Amino acid sequence: MDKGKGVMGSSGRRWAVDFSDNSTSRDFIDPPGFSRASLDQDDSTLSRQKKDAESNWKSQKAWEVAQAPFKNLLMMGFMMWMAGNTVHLFSIGITFSALWQPISALQSVGKMFEPYKDAKVELLGPKLVFIALNLGGMLLGVWKLNSLGLLPTHTSDWVSSLAPAQEVEYSGGGLNFR
Amino acid sequence: MAMAIRVFLSFLLFLSLTNLASSLYEDQVGLMDWHQQYIGKVKHAVFHTQKTGRKRVLVSTEENVVASLDLRHGEIFWRHVLGTNDVVDGIDIALGKYVITLSSDGSILRAWNLPDGQMVWESSLQGSKESKSILNIPKNLKADKDDLILVFGKGCLHAISGIDGEVLWRKDFASESIEVSHIIQSPEVIYVAGFVGSSKFYVYEVNAKSGELLKNNHVALPFATSGESLSVSGDKFVVLDDVRSKIVTIDINNGNINYNQKQVSDLIKDSSGQAVILPSKLPGLFALKINSQVLLIKVTNEGELVALDQIDNTAAFSNALSISEDQHVFAFVQYEDNKIQLSVKDVNDWNGALLKENLVIDHQRGNIEKIFINNYVRTDRSHGFRALMVMEDHSLLLVQQGEIVWSREDGLASVVDVTTSELPVEKEGVSVAKVEQNLFEWLKGHVLKLKGTLMIASAEEKIAIQKLRLRSSEKSKMTRDHNGFRKLLIVLTRAGKVFALHTGDGRIVWSTTLHALRKSEDCEHPVGLNIYQWQVPHHHALDENPSLLVIGRCGPSVTAPTVISFLDAYTGKELNSLSLAHTVARVIPLPYTDSTEQRLHLIIDVNKHAYLYPRTPEAIEILKREFSNIYWYSVETDNGVIRGHALKSNCIHEIVDEYCFVFRDLWSIVFPSESEKIIATVTRKSNEVVHTQAKVMTDHDVMYKYISKNILFVANAAPKASGEIGTATPEEATLVIYIIDTVTGRILHRMTHHGCQGPVHAVFSENWVVYHYFNLRAHRHEMSVIEVYDQSRADNKDIWKFVLGKHNLTSPISSYYRPEISAKSQSYFFTHSVKAIEVTSTAKGITSKQLLIGTIGDQVLALDKRFLDPRRTLNPSQAEKEEGIIPLTDSLPIISQSYITHSLKVEGLRGIVTVPAKLESTSLVFAYGVDLFFTQIAPSRTYDSLTEDFSYALLLLTIVALVAALFVTYVLSERKDLEEKWR
Repeated sequence: MDKGKGVMGSSGRRWAVDFSDNSTSRDFIDPPGFSRASLDQDDSTLSRQKKDAESNWKSQKAWEVAQAPFKNLLMMGFMMWMAGNTVHLFSIGITFSALWQPISALQSVGKMFEPYKDAKVELLGPKLVFIALNLGGMLLGVWKLNSLGLLPTHTSDWVSSLAPAQEVEYSGGGLNFR
Repeated sequence: MAMAIRVFLSFLLFLSLTNLASSLYEDQVGLMDWHQQYIGKVKHAVFHTQKTGRKRVLVSTEENVVASLDLRHGEIFWRHVLGTNDVVDGIDIALGKYVITLSSDGSILRAWNLPDGQMVWESSLQGSKESKSILNIPKNLKADKDDLILVFGKGCLHAISGIDGEVLWRKDFASESIEVSHIIQSPEVIYVAGFVGSSKFYVYEVNAKSGELLKNNHVALPFATSGESLSVSGDKFVVLDDVRSKIVTIDINNGNINYNQKQVSDLIKDSSGQAVILPSKLPGLFALKINSQVLLIKVTNEGELVALDQIDNTAAFSNALSISEDQHVFAFVQYEDNKIQLSVKDVNDWNGALLKENLVIDHQRGNIEKIFINNYVRTDRSHGFRALMVMEDHSLLLVQQGEIVWSREDGLASVVDVTTSELPVEKEGVSVAKVEQNLFEWLKGHVLKLKGTLMIASAEEKIAIQKLRLRSSEKSKMTRDHNGFRKLLIVLTRAGKVFALHTGDGRIVWSTTLHALRKSEDCEHPVGLNIYQWQVPHHHALDENPSLLVIGRCGPSVTAPTVISFLDAYTGKELNSLSLAHTVARVIPLPYTDSTEQRLHLIIDVNKHAYLYPRTPEAIEILKREFSNIYWYSVETDNGVIRGHALKSNCIHEIVDEYCFVFRDLWSIVFPSESEKIIATVTRKSNEVVHTQAKVMTDHDVMYKYISKNILFVANAAPKASGEIGTATPEEATLVIYIIDTVTGRILHRMTHHGCQGPVHAVFSENWVVYHYFNLRAHRHEMSVIEVYDQSRADNKDIWKFVLGKHNLTSPISSYYRPEISAKSQSYFFTHSVKAIEVTSTAKGITSKQLLIGTIGDQVLALDKRFLDPRRTLNPSQAEKEEGIIPLTDSLPIISQSYITHSLKVEGLRGIVTVPAKLESTSLVFAYGVDLFFTQIAPSRTYDSLTEDFSYALLLLTIVALVAALFVTYVLSERKDLEEKWR
């Protein structure tokens, strides 16, 4: 329970001696003047402080990650503006990447916030912001798609694929053979 | 889906905006197109076989062509197609260097240079009266400058100098009421002979130098005469009397006119039939035809008639040919049980035959109609003869030494109707090696092509590549291809012969003279009328051959007996032939087929009875099912009435015929006869495919096209202005346009063009019609477009209806629904006058359309439909420009690269036919007139296939190079990585 006190975990080490371990069997008595209680107390406040710093850092990082798509959004917007509203290779490429990036980001929301998972860190806020920003990016992509005229939002997009209606009557004729 | 189309269309637009004209590179000529030159049925032929120079024969034809043909191979040296009204009356050679033609009822005389066909001079001859036209050129072998060309035409005798065409003198015979039929020239005096009425024979003597009338003389016969008189020698004529029982010989020796008469029965035992004098000019002889026998009768110097011989089963007689001072020969052809015998005899020595040859002529060519002979001197100084024969199917043969030296299929100059047929599906087991000859050749070809694309080919190799491209065996295979470029063009000629032409190279795959349309006692003047696809097997009936329906008639009038015939489209074999008891005024192919894919046809006779074909119970069953939905309309140009009819019941005859139906009249539109006369009607092609019913506007709004097949475009002109351009003033002329629903008789749209007149040429496609007419006020031709839209569907705007599929736009519609119609229209000036207009047709109707305009210069111009768009404005907005709307201009542009006939001319252009290929982008175009022309065009370019000149080799090379580069860079980067790690 008291193992792994460092901020960085002990995963990288092969072996370790824990000098602070004092919970195990004690065959000898404490030296005179040594107060065990004060030591215990001091140790625990230190680790709590460390833990607080760590969670703060984590939540800060998580917010940073959550806000990262915003920059992306701005850049995308700039590129879309540059690409113009005609259908060609660049505008289509940019639009589709603008659509694809948020989707792939949304798919990996859990993975993105994995390192910052902590009992004490509230990740819901950053996650929501992250999702909202990505959805915003996607909306931007969809809006661009629409402004390129590639979304079937008009009647014309639906009608033009309809075959002409069949006629009930048939009429032939004309001039006689001469 | 819609999205994809949109992307695709925008892309297309982007491509098409870069270049409006789709043109051709010089080395692409002949790859996709072919051009064939014809001359038509030969009327007159004159040989020119002097010792020097090339041997040639000069002909004039019924298609008004004057041509010089190579006597060795039958190729055309030069050719001139005169206008449709410029009928050639006579052709001859003058001064040994000019070809003289008389045309337009003897009012235009032209001289053409013999070697190259350049026009030397032209004389317009004035006259007041319609008359027979005679061209008389003295037959002197030595060119003499004083030689006069005598022309009788329009009631006047003209003497014209052969050098420059100057009219030296003219003598008007219009006041004399003489029907001049002969002109006899002697050095001093010209005899002009002919009948006044039918029994008075007049001879005028005219001074050859001045044209002064010296004297006239006449003889009155005690009976009337019939038929043409024939000049037997310089001063003797023969003619038949009005009951065709007597032969009258008229002798005008020294100004005294005498006549003798002889009963036909004195010359021949069995004289029961009608006697006719054949128009062959033989000195001292004439041929009399009775029944199927021909009697050769000699006219002696005293005017006595002596029967020389009687020839059975004769086909044709030639005119006499003088081979020396006093030796005249002529030729005739005889049929003797399946053999054809050509005989050449001396006029004066009847018993000895100079030539007797048996010929083998394909019986598909029919009988020999005309024969022209020419002689040549053999090495042993004896005379040899060659004969030019005009066959019943209008083809031309040259026969020499019993062999056909060459033949020309000139029936193809008078194509009447065209249809197409698919080729057979490729059978499995036909190996590639068979097609590609051998592997080495194949490899060599590909290496050459590769060299060409890499631009390392030498000049000779380039020529070889071009040859390879032109002779590609791929395009002339006799099987169906994936793209649907290979088809059979089935053409019906006026002679009633059916030809199947391969679209790849234009060769004749088969040809058939319809048995029922052969000239016979019952069928005097057979003509081909129309050809239809009778049976087009697909899907379950693929094993069967497609078949065709051919309609022909035995005479020019509508009441003449009619023949229908069924042909196998792959072999040309006549499957069945019927002589109909009823007449044929109209054939209506119905949109229904029976279980064997035979199309139902209604044949309507002059009495307005309809006859159903095929005559099977199944067809009746199908018709009964659709009985109330079948309508028919008739256009009566004489009365200015259009009537609509519907099927009523079976005919009421003594004999019950369940395939015969009568009609009831439903509606009629009577145009006011004092102000309107029907000059043109056009309807949509029944096999046209329309892709979509909506037209998308710039603001994504939708206009619904009024797409109906039962729609008729009618152009009416004011009666005063229905003649030639220039005969009416602008105030008198109006052109009224109607668009009529032919089921209900409802007039959907009416428009008046003031100051305009015909001739109107129009084409109807989808929901638009484009027509061409003349604007008298602007003195220019105009073209107008009308687009018809269905307003009653316009409220289908709710997108959720479409998303959920709750709309009724694809449910069947009826004309009785009375849709609200709106029409948009716009007019433009157009430089050319027009002979025909067609529109491209593609397999699915997605590709944008081009108008194909047959211009007065006998070329075919492709004009984008986008130029004829009523939405064009002077300043289109950016969005409209993006959509492809062209700024409005007052006239339509003629871009010289967009002539699909490029440098060629389709002389005497009469019609254009378009057929969709299987490949959506491509349309096959066949233009016919005196010439035939075929090509394939892609109005929006070939967006769905790689072009023919796409270099697969280069593509392969690029891929190989890329793969190699990939490997090299991979190895290099590996090596660099390793070095990094060691550092």
